[in-house]
Amino acid sequence: MTVLEQRGAYRPSPPPAWQPRMDPAPLLPDAEPYRVLGTEAAAKADPDLLRRLHAHLVRGRRYNTQATALTKQGRLAVYPSSTGQEACEVAAALALEERDWLFPSYRDTLAVVARGVDPVEALTLLRGDWHTGYDPYAHRVAPLSTPLATQLPHAVGLAHAARLKGDDVVALAMVGDGGTSEGDFHEALNFAAVWRAPVVFLVQNNGFAISVPLAKQTAAPSLAHKAVGYGMPGRLVDGNDAVAVHEVLGDAVRQARAGGGPTLIEAVTYRIDAHTNADDATRYRGDAEVETWRAHDPVRLLETELTERGLLDEAALEAVREDAEAMAADLRARMNQDPELDPMDLFDHVYAETTAQLREQRDLLRAELAAEQDGPDQQEGDRR
Amino acid sequence: MTTVAVKPATMAQALTRAMRDAMAADPSVHVLGEDVGTLGGVFRVTDGLAKEFGEDRCTDTPLAEAGILGAAVGMAMYGLRPVVEMQFDAFAYPAFEQLVSHVSRMRNRTRGKMPLPITVRIPYGGGIGGVEHHSDSSEAYYMATPGLHVVTPATVADAYGLLRRSIASDDPVVFLEPKRLYWSKDTWNPEQPAEVEPIGRAVVRRTGRSATLITYGPSVPVCLEAAEAARAEGWDLEVIDLRSLVPFDDETVCASVRRTGRAVVVHESTGFGGPGGEIAARVTERCFHHLEAPVLRVAGFDLPYPPPMLERHHLPGVDRVLDAVARLQWEAER
Ligand SMILES: Cc1ncc(C[n+]2csc(CCOP(=O)(O)OP(=O)(O)O)c2C)c(N)n1
Repeated sequence: MTVLEQRGAYRPSPPPAWQPRMDPAPLLPDAEPYRVLGTEAAAKADPDLLRRLHAHLVRGRRYNTQATALTKQGRLAVYPSSTGQEACEVAAALALEERDWLFPSYRDTLAVVARGVDPVEALTLLRGDWHTGYDPYAHRVAPLSTPLATQLPHAVGLAHAARLKGDDVVALAMVGDGGTSEGDFHEALNFAAVWRAPVVFLVQNNGFAISVPLAKQTAAPSLAHKAVGYGMPGRLVDGNDAVAVHEVLGDAVRQARAGGGPTLIEAVTYRIDAHTNADDATRYRGDAEVETWRAHDPVRLLETELTERGLLDEAALEAVREDAEAMAADLRARMNQDPELDPMDLFDHVYAETTAQLREQRDLLRAELAAEQDGPDQQEGDRR
Repeated sequence: MTTVAVKPATMAQALTRAMRDAMAADPSVHVLGEDVGTLGGVFRVTDGLAKEFGEDRCTDTPLAEAGILGAAVGMAMYGLRPVVEMQFDAFAYPAFEQLVSHVSRMRNRTRGKMPLPITVRIPYGGGIGGVEHHSDSSEAYYMATPGLHVVTPATVADAYGLLRRSIASDDPVVFLEPKRLYWSKDTWNPEQPAEVEPIGRAVVRRTGRSATLITYGPSVPVCLEAAEAARAEGWDLEVIDLRSLVPFDDETVCASVRRTGRAVVVHESTGFGGPGGEIAARVTERCFHHLEAPVLRVAGFDLPYPPPMLERHHLPGVDRVLDAVARLQWEAER
């Protein structure tokens, strides 16, 4: 007797299931962003970790103000500052092990530097002398990515490859709130979940994509809720609470490393500066809003915790600030030197083997440069 | 002396064999795409690979072309050699941003520190009666993107050899498979596949003295047929199969045109903004004093690819090629 011949074959019933039923509840983010500072949990935090995070935050803030100043002086073509977002930047770098990989966006120079990349090499993209000034393999930091969200599938592929090779490597990918609307965000999360790839996605929700506020970007209950649709956990965290971000990232990294698959983390934060030096933020947001967020400053939040608990005295604080000043002075001095440019570089890395066409074009440029050196009179003569 | 059994094989079989041999030779070679695993691809070009090498080496991915290529970028960053299958020409477009903004530039961006050895296989071109979005010739988009190699075979032996070369290349290769030649047969010995020259060398498929037909991929058989037919008119046509659009083999092409003094570029892709414009310009710039006539182009019309019942009017055929040859200013000669 076939199925269709059985009694009751045509009685209404649930359709045959394509997949086992999954309870979405464990994947759901908390209703409110997770916090540590200012809560009872803070007392349990490791003082050394707090001091380490603090020193990085102070350096990070100083790095942002120094890079912004260098932009005003014409030493950088553009600088997308992460002032106000330092907790996310620093925690992202510190949550990873040496062997892990970081996939930053254009706003994440600070995370790149906190991971150990030379500050000047990290800035060549924004200075304009070469796109990626550092060797990605030296610190396992992918190039700063400008096309929004396009770096996310790279993180998934790399994590997937590492797992196939049997390496317990985790990839941490960073993106902004605006970037979550891109197709690559969706595709990356879906691939990561299907492949159970060891990836952590960190969304820094600073409320704006240049001028466009979050409400015009999404109708989701939160960006962290998007995780549920892919079958991965979503976490919501106070992005200005360095300790909380570090803890949530650490949990996600550990879970990924242990084979537990990817996590989407939404860190709620604020960009204190304009989108870049070329942007005028007064066209889309008011001073009152900025002031509200200044009162929730990531550096001050942690500093208050440390000083109130007697974990950081004046001398220690001074030492941290001096260290940051020294870093800034070094950055200033090195950035005030003109970068060395070799126009012939343009042709050398287009292909493994330079094509005949590019060799011709390289010769053309070389001849032009030689003529330039000989001076305009000589050029006139040559042409005649 | 031992004689090897040389049996007829299809281009599709040669491509499968190329991937199989590459995977067997190098554990870092991974195939990924839509339906490439269990099914063996909609054209069956990846047939048997998942079975032989496992699903981790030949992977059915979620259905998202940007995600597939983006993931391949990350895999290549970690030392793998991904071979991506795009199901059809027009369905590779979602991956365009990854291709242009990352795949083509990563080596350059990192000053050679992070090369991406990715092969993107794309079945392309018309002539198979495909409904809308299944017959595009998209090579001009890829040619216009520095950092990519653009390769397309026209014979069974080249399909094998060029795909092996592409997979072994440390640069990204867009490997365009002329889908109407998938089932074309040729005697070919898979046990002793002939060495194919490195990517970037054109080949003279037929020697001739009167004029040069410059072509590639699906139009190669058309041009060879046209050259045969042209004998009746007294023309002895040379046919060049470019095999690689990037890098472009100026040397082979120009050596031929300098000898014949006349050239026609033939391809399915649209004429306006198509590869033929670039090729005609290159030939003119380099061989002007040897030319007896302007370089002509026989291309697809400048319109969206037509519905299958009308495609034969669009595709460059033997007659249209011969008409172009007839317009190569022979008056002076006669
Ligand atoms: C694909 C793409 N579209 C547009 C842009 C131009 N752009 C650069 S930054 C930006 C806003 C991004 O906002 P968000 O993702 O929230 O990150 P944030 O700048 O706030 O860090 C836009 C539209 C881009 N870089 N890439």
